[in-house]
Amino acid sequence: MGTELERLTPAPPEGDLLDSPRFPQAAKTELANHQQRTNLRHATTTIRNKRARVVGELSNWQDLRDAGEAIKTRVGRHLDEYLLQFEENFTKAGGHVHWARDAEEANRIVVALVKDTGQEEIVKVKSMVTQEIDMNEALEAEGIAAWETDLAELIVQLGHDRPSHIVVPALHRNRSEVREIFLKEMGRYGTPPPDDLDDQPKNLAGAARVHLREKFMRAKTSTSGANFAIAETGSLVVVESEGNGRMCLTLPDTLISVVGIEKILPTFDDLEVFLQLLPRSSTGERMNPYTSVWTGTTDGDGPKNVHVVLVDNGRTNVLADPEGRAALRCIRCSACLNICPVYERVGGHAYGSVYPGPIGAILNPQLRGTDSEIDRSLPFASSLCGACNEVCPVKIPISDLLVHERHKVVEAKKKDPPHIPHTAEPQIMAAAAWVMDDHRHLELAGKGSELGSRVLGGLLGWKKIGPLPPPLSRWTDARDVPMLPEQTFRDWWKQNRETKK
Amino acid sequence: MSAREVILARIRSSLTDVPVGVAPERDVPVAWKYAQAVDVGDVLGSFAQRVADYKATVVRCAASEVPDEIAKALTTLGVRSVVVPTGLEESWKDAVTKAGAHVVVDSEEHRLSHKELNDTGAVLTAAAVGAAQTGTIVLDHSADQGRRALSLVPDVHVCIVRADQVVSGVPEAVARLKASVQAGQPLTWISGPSATSDIELSRVEGVHGPRTLYVIIAE
Amino acid sequence: MTITAPSAATARPGAGMKVALFATCANDVMFPQTPIATVKLLERLGCRVEFPMEQTCCGQIFANTGYFDEAVGSVKTFLRAFERYEYIVGPSGSCVGAVRHQHEMLARRAAGDRVGDRVAAVASRTYDVSEFLVDVLGVTDVGAYFPHRVTYHPSCHSVRIAKVGDKPYQLLKAVRGLDLIELPNAEQCCGMGGTFSLKNPDVSTAMAGDKARNVASTGAEYLCAGDNLCLLNISGVLNRTKAGVKPIHLVEILAHSEGDN
Repeated sequence: MGTELERLTPAPPEGDLLDSPRFPQAAKTELANHQQRTNLRHATTTIRNKRARVVGELSNWQDLRDAGEAIKTRVGRHLDEYLLQFEENFTKAGGHVHWARDAEEANRIVVALVKDTGQEEIVKVKSMVTQEIDMNEALEAEGIAAWETDLAELIVQLGHDRPSHIVVPALHRNRSEVREIFLKEMGRYGTPPPDDLDDQPKNLAGAARVHLREKFMRAKTSTSGANFAIAETGSLVVVESEGNGRMCLTLPDTLISVVGIEKILPTFDDLEVFLQLLPRSSTGERMNPYTSVWTGTTDGDGPKNVHVVLVDNGRTNVLADPEGRAALRCIRCSACLNICPVYERVGGHAYGSVYPGPIGAILNPQLRGTDSEIDRSLPFASSLCGACNEVCPVKIPISDLLVHERHKVVEAKKKDPPHIPHTAEPQIMAAAAWVMDDHRHLELAGKGSELGSRVLGGLLGWKKIGPLPPPLSRWTDARDVPMLPEQTFRDWWKQNRETKK
Repeated sequence: MSAREVILARIRSSLTDVPVGVAPERDVPVAWKYAQAVDVGDVLGSFAQRVADYKATVVRCAASEVPDEIAKALTTLGVRSVVVPTGLEESWKDAVTKAGAHVVVDSEEHRLSHKELNDTGAVLTAAAVGAAQTGTIVLDHSADQGRRALSLVPDVHVCIVRADQVVSGVPEAVARLKASVQAGQPLTWISGPSATSDIELSRVEGVHGPRTLYVIIAE
Repeated sequence: MTITAPSAATARPGAGMKVALFATCANDVMFPQTPIATVKLLERLGCRVEFPMEQTCCGQIFANTGYFDEAVGSVKTFLRAFERYEYIVGPSGSCVGAVRHQHEMLARRAAGDRVGDRVAAVASRTYDVSEFLVDVLGVTDVGAYFPHRVTYHPSCHSVRIAKVGDKPYQLLKAVRGLDLIELPNAEQCCGMGGTFSLKNPDVSTAMAGDKARNVASTGAEYLCAGDNLCLLNISGVLNRTKAGVKPIHLVEILAHSEGDN
């Protein structure tokens, strides 16, 4: 492709995530990818078993979850106070605070800050919010190369791919796919891998180490997110595994941290709760290899210029719904993705967002609204099995919020039918509601379907109901459905019990 | 209105259900008891075992034997040059020389460049806190630990943790570190060597941080 | 409450107890054998069972699809039918779960706190059969006999909404002749999920397929669950693949005694 040569970094796939097809359609495509399904099953099974093991070691796990829930609820309900406190303390410690209403403004701030340094490249710590605002592409457009340094993000970036998971973004790839990506792309953007690279994870990680070390050594500017921003001390916290985070946070002269406004913790003490909840929930470890805490600048140690960009980008929309607000407690651990039977089969891409899985299904429609097909379909991308509720370290009632968001979509559908592709669903639901409002209606309906089923069954000699018309064909395409019984329970009761009275 | 004002106004108008003038701690109480010890039995023993679980090497010795253990570590690891922070105990520095390795001191007068650090075989530091339950070592980058880059760029980290620095778990560790954070010092929490599980969830020790972590517990 | 643990079918721990049967709409119309078995089992244990005719549906099909207003009629019907009873028992973890978890919210939204309080009170007296037997009647051995290899699927809503815990297992383990075989990956959803299976048919089918494979791998003769719609979903696939595993509701096993065929 001609355009690709003009780029500094590997091009992501074409298209805007918001234009993604409705979840059911996207899911169908993903389900057909058998290699990916095998990779996903292996990865999610491994990680959720690890989580269960280390969570089981703590007898006070439920108390910790209660604490996590309470602290984050407190933050949400007093967010303005805490943000101001954070701003004051971070500034006092020599840092600079910027505020961004939306993605565009956040990107504009970051681009200007990087340009001030005179640099044409940055190294990045893995960060969800910079993906949310598509910062890499905003920098690319201004002639600045943003290098992902987390191994999985590197795989995704070099693979012209999108992340499919919050913590392990290349979860959908296996080792041989990673090897192919490295051999094909690494050399085009820096130190190439050895010619004899095999697919051992150890050697693949080794190739990434060499490739990225060159970039770490020369980088003068970096960006990060933050897992936590501590109001009381003005400190930022990054939790990571590989040490790429430490490289980016320590070696460059300028560090720009892009942080969602919900990342606040009131006090440094609160860290004891979250440093227990997060690693166990996310990677299933007692503790992640590295956690960095910094407070503005430190003489003779680390970046001399330290910035934080506090980003709203829809978070205040979430805050405005007292029930939906619980989703802002999320600490991006991914436990809900790893336990989700839908995510396990479909993977992250079908969710049309950097936030996939159950948390994405409730967060995206709140952050972005429900104008797009994808966001309207996300709350329905769940069987409401409730497994996510039980693993969430901050006790977000995810399945209740899915239902809450479904209600909002339905209300919009009822109010503004032309806005949303027309379906007969509201009418079907209204008819069904009439049936259930009164037992006499139910009895009538029961008679009708019973009769229909029996007449058809008798005529055609069926023992089961054959293919049903759409939309019920979606069911009978894959399953046999037995014939309706000859007698409802109600009728049995009348014959066998009522008469006895 | 500035972005700052707009965001703060949006937040305030979103929180009309929150009573005005109520302190956050009263509005949403947190039942958690902070800074409690966790039950790990023998604190030092668990610390040693949990650090070793991350595939770090762990040695326990008397405080007086630390120099010998440092020398032994460097010889075993085949390290030729070692960077040390200025505040490191003299007898520990001397141990490096005794082991036949070259000592490089990172001081305010002579800050090593990234490249110099990258070309150095190992780093030798003290620590601030150890947490037994999670096998975590925390550096608060005081003079005996040096600036953050020191314990990051070289491929081997030999770290000496004093027995009285080891606490039961994360809650006690956070409590002990509060003063350092309030003084503006950065923290680095280390649990085993650098690691990734990004490829098929298969754990690989050693990506960007030191691939070898060698811990000496001085009792 | 005094709880006595009867060891044989002759014990009648429910003697003198009046119980309202919440059959659920799906069982009423599609699976009458399940509420029939519930009646027989509860009567065998000494309970006097009543079936309030006004009852229809728990309303979760509406609420879970986002149609809160449409669910209100079902909530009101439930209140009318059951408010006068002290014990309301249904053979469905999912429907009982919906009553306990959703009715109050729906009632408060639509009709305010006074109705909400009444609805909450009725909901708190509504039990899944397994809970009623183990917690209220205090029995695990209900005198059942079922000489077959059985595997049990703990339906999501029975486990995570109604939170019946291991009660179904306790009951099954006490059934004479029954060989209970562990189901691999038991607690993962079968993909039914009400309208989920229509709105996301491909994902639902993939989930049902995996569940059916796990069931078939046990070599069981019967797949047992406390929710018939999950059984319908899984056995729909099992039948299609001719796996030869028959679906059966937990209560039907518990109602089965030595004299039965």
